[in-house]
Amino acid sequence: MTDIIVSILLLAGAGFMLLAAVGIVRLPDFPTRMHATTKAGAMGAIFTMGGVAFFFADGIVFARAFAIVVFILITSPIAAHVIGRAGYFIGTPLWSGTIKDELRDNYDSQTHTLKSGYEDSPESATRASEPDPDRDRDF
Amino acid sequence: MIPLVINIVYFLLSLALLLAFIRLTRGPSLPDRVVALELIASIVVGFVGVHAIDTGISSLLDVAIVIALTAFLAAIGFARFLERGAQE
Repeated sequence: MTDIIVSILLLAGAGFMLLAAVGIVRLPDFPTRMHATTKAGAMGAIFTMGGVAFFFADGIVFARAFAIVVFILITSPIAAHVIGRAGYFIGTPLWSGTIKDELRDNYDSQTHTLKSGYEDSPESATRASEPDPDRDRDF
Repeated sequence: MIPLVINIVYFLLSLALLLAFIRLTRGPSLPDRVVALELIASIVVGFVGVHAIDTGISSLLDVAIVIALTAFLAAIGFARFLERGAQE
C-alpha cells in the first residue's frame, strides 16, 4: 500500500516537473514561461517530498520534508515576483499576442510611480495632493 | 515496484532537465535564463529526493534544503542585479 502511494506521488512530481520544462521551452515570452515554471516546478518538488515522507514513514524525515515544502511554498512566489518585476522593468518584450498590459499606461518606469488613471476624478482621495515620497524610492 | 518507478522518475526528471537546459542556452534574455536556472534548481531538489528514496539515506534531504535556499538567494540576487541597471 505504501509502495503504491509513494509511486503515485513520485510519478506525479516528475510529471509536474516535466510539464514545467515543456512549458519553459514552448511558451512564447518571459512572463508566460515564468508562470509555467513557478507553479508546476514548485508543485513537482512538493509531490516528490510527499513521496519521500511517505516512503521513510519516520517522524524526523517527515519534519524535514515538511520544512522543504513550506520553504518552497514561501520562496517560490517571492522569487517569481522579484524576477517578473525586474524582467518587466528592463523591457523584456512581451508576446505579440498579448492583449492586456495594464502597467504600460499607468506605470512610469523612470520614477517608479504607479497611477490608477482616476487621479483627477472628483471622488479621488489623492486629488491635487503631492505624491507620496515613499513611492519614489528605487525598489 | 519501487525500483521500476524510481527508474521511470529518473528518466522523466532527466528529460525535464534537458528541456530546461535548452531554454538556458537559447535565452533570449537574461530573465529567461534566470527562470531556467530556477527551474533547474527545482528539478535538482526532486532528483535529490528521489535519490534519497533510492539509496535509503534520509540525510540527503538536508542537501535538498540547501539547494532550495541557494536557488532562492540566486534568484533574488539576479533580480537586484537586473533592476540596478544591468543594461548600462
